[in-house]
Amino acid sequence: MTSKLDSKIPEGNLEQKWTKYQSSVPLVNPSNKRSLEILIIGSGLAGASAAASLSELGYKVKVFCFQDSARRAHSIAAQGGINAAKNYQNDGDSTYRLFYDTIKGGDYRSREANVYRLASVSSNIIDQCVASGVPFAREYGGLLSNRSFGGTQVQRTFYAAGQTGQQLLLGAYSGLQRQVGMGNVKMYARHEMQDVVNIDGVCRGIIARDLTTGKLERHFGHAVLLCTGGYGNVFYLSTNAMGSNVTAAWKAHKKGAMFANPCFTQIHPTCIPVSGDHQSKLTLMSESLRNDGRIWVPMKKEDALALRENRIKPNDIKEEDRDYYLERRYPAFGNLVPRDVASRAAKERCDAGFGVNKTGEAVYLDFAFNTIRYGKMEATKKNMHNPTDLQIVEMGRAVVKEKYGNLFDMYQQITGVNPYEQPMMIYPAVHYTMGGLWVDYNLMTNIPGLYALGEANFSDHGANRLGASALMQGLADGYFVIPYTIGAYLSKEIMTKAIPTDHPAFEEAENIVKATIDELMAIKGTKPVDHFHKRLGLIIWNQCGMARNAEGLKKAISDVQQLRAEFWSSVRIPGSANEMNSELEKAGRVADFIELGELMCIDALSREESCGGHFREEHQTEEGEALRNDVDYKYVAAWEYFAGNNWELHKEELIYENIKIAQRSYK
Amino acid sequence: MEKNLNLNLKVWRQKNAEDKGGFQEYKLKDISTDMSFLEMFDVLNEKLIVEGGDPIAFDHDCREGICGSCSMFINGRPHGPKQGVTTCQLHMRSFNDGETIVVEPWRASAFPVIKDLVVNRSAFDRIISAGGFVSVNIGNAQDANSILIPKVDADESFAAAACIGCGACVAACKNASAMLFVSAKVSQFALLPQGQPERKQRVLDMVAHMDEEGFGACTNTGACSAECPKEISLTHIARMNRDYLTAELSTESK
Repeated sequence: MTSKLDSKIPEGNLEQKWTKYQSSVPLVNPSNKRSLEILIIGSGLAGASAAASLSELGYKVKVFCFQDSARRAHSIAAQGGINAAKNYQNDGDSTYRLFYDTIKGGDYRSREANVYRLASVSSNIIDQCVASGVPFAREYGGLLSNRSFGGTQVQRTFYAAGQTGQQLLLGAYSGLQRQVGMGNVKMYARHEMQDVVNIDGVCRGIIARDLTTGKLERHFGHAVLLCTGGYGNVFYLSTNAMGSNVTAAWKAHKKGAMFANPCFTQIHPTCIPVSGDHQSKLTLMSESLRNDGRIWVPMKKEDALALRENRIKPNDIKEEDRDYYLERRYPAFGNLVPRDVASRAAKERCDAGFGVNKTGEAVYLDFAFNTIRYGKMEATKKNMHNPTDLQIVEMGRAVVKEKYGNLFDMYQQITGVNPYEQPMMIYPAVHYTMGGLWVDYNLMTNIPGLYALGEANFSDHGANRLGASALMQGLADGYFVIPYTIGAYLSKEIMTKAIPTDHPAFEEAENIVKATIDELMAIKGTKPVDHFHKRLGLIIWNQCGMARNAEGLKKAISDVQQLRAEFWSSVRIPGSANEMNSELEKAGRVADFIELGELMCIDALSREESCGGHFREEHQTEEGEALRNDVDYKYVAAWEYFAGNNWELHKEELIYENIKIAQRSYK
Repeated sequence: MEKNLNLNLKVWRQKNAEDKGGFQEYKLKDISTDMSFLEMFDVLNEKLIVEGGDPIAFDHDCREGICGSCSMFINGRPHGPKQGVTTCQLHMRSFNDGETIVVEPWRASAFPVIKDLVVNRSAFDRIISAGGFVSVNIGNAQDANSILIPKVDADESFAAAACIGCGACVAACKNASAMLFVSAKVSQFALLPQGQPERKQRVLDMVAHMDEEGFGACTNTGACSAECPKEISLTHIARMNRDYLTAELSTESK
């Protein structure tokens, strides 16, 4: 462990760390709060909830987002749900169990203290959201409804059809807009952060670009919160929005903030498969579908071949000729194993020649069995003694429609196939990134005054995130953690007057941003930005995706370096920098993704073990399961940047005092 | 099954808010029917860039029909020919070989054009700031299950809350009215116990702000709901009108 990494985890036993901290953390008095300014970058769940909470406390807040409205941040697209240890279902849930499931799901690569805090505030999140008018799904008695997600054996997931992220984000957004209306928050939509401004090693502001006019702006803040999401778009094809990017985090990294566990990326098992070269993004089919969908491929290779050539339909394959491989390999968790396990199992079957669509890279997610089960339940409820098969199917489909209607519609829109009649075809795709900026218990990076919240930080999900935990973490960080922890820092900043933005540090930062933009515009090459982004995506997907090995990673590093050189000599950006220019925006983001791609491969290469989403082919059990190495790699890999794309590794040792670490098993 | 199409496009080009703007024609070959409408635009833009032209600016982000960014007026209809679908979820299999497709931005004085197909919809955010929230402070809410909500009310509230704020309702309306958008938010809270304390003030404030932003009046044509990609129902407008009248007539809490 190096002295540069102090996780600042409070003393005391696990259950009391956070409550003790809350009652002992220094406070800022209301009149001082009015003169303290906080800049929040990003308006997703973490950013919007932090902005609403902090402005309500009395701080002066500015929020920046690149979209045209705060409501469009990509949290909006989260589908399945949000976890909370309410134990409303009386099925044995508790704060400890949510904590335990999260640590185990993360394959023992996350911090105990952070995860326990997350689990313990989870219940408050649901209370807060309901109070602010979020219309969660309910039972007929008027109580909240729950469902299951992967990696757990309880029903602790709260949801709003397949649009939970939308409803939670709009809840946080309305809280944010309320503060905007009261003048406590100033909103900067269509603005993108271009760099952070440090003065004497302390973060004091940002440079932002107004995306409508191209004008560069300087903003001072006593603290800067990066709530900018993950970096899944490094793969080009992912379930992220087109604009999701790593730029804010990466610029902070290049200014000294350490980047932790960049190789921990989540490949989600249930996405609509790639259909052709024109594809611009991949669409998730929520994990909640695995509550009622059974995953299978044909038992016989000749059937798989016939399906690929469109000679037979999936429903032609008899029950005994189907391989429900998750139920076969993992009887205890079945179709609800964690995402990393489900994704690898799908890849294994497809690599072995059992894939079912024209590319051979797809498996079935089949609702027929549970449609009939639900149909029979409805028949019983309605006192129908001799329902016909057709009636059963119709009633069953109505139940399925109520639970997942929007997802089924989306599937049909994209593929042109009706999933009520035929099983869905799915394949794993990049979805979430567990890695991110290194933060301490206060969510502060190693740069004083610079924080990272939500997916942008690394702290809670270890090497694999469980389903329905991203929304939980985003709102926990913004609503319940940062309002306390920021006081630990700002209570010492009350004497700091707002620094005028004509300070040389602001001027220098703006000049560097401008020089980079000028350099990009001056290349005037021949190839559009997407050309490089697609090539980068293929390199990372093939060598640093679901399976990795030393040889491939070394090749990927040199390929990425070569791509970087090519990008900076032959990218073509039309138009000018003084207007709305989406190609210029993309170019800046892709330039950062290319540098990050190299670091991801370096990190993956240095971690000589398999854990969670990081699967090194050299390290697996005889049954092909991930083989962790707790003796040598039970640490957070935090990378420090040095000029010219060089990095130094710092290790934060992970200490487990409350959980016995074990080989993860879902069998 | 997948086919390839040849298309003629007529796209609105406008350099900035001051520019007068006009249609430009483009020809595209071999567009796969599996492509989304925006992927077809990606192909066109890539072609324009390589040929030294200026790509067409358009808003888009999630490309899965939920963020509400995309906003193209296609062949005279917001989000194109299909019912209940955003532009990003519209696929080229909905078009025919040789077809001419006309693409314009949303047209409404409250949504000024920024560039090409990109418009400024920040008026919607300001309407929400005027009252589209429940005034609850963060930190100490009561247990979530202490508020019982009948499932039908919760479901109806959710159906209203499903609005993605894209602005298609305004673009579809001959008066450029924002009634469907505003009523969806008013309804979401009117149907829930949490929304009751501010129910009257909310509807008064939001409607007043809607008028201030320059949106037109509602004449019950119903184009908004017919073109809404989330199929938000006209009944929300009826509910809002009732609430507005009640609030106007009641003496207390205005």
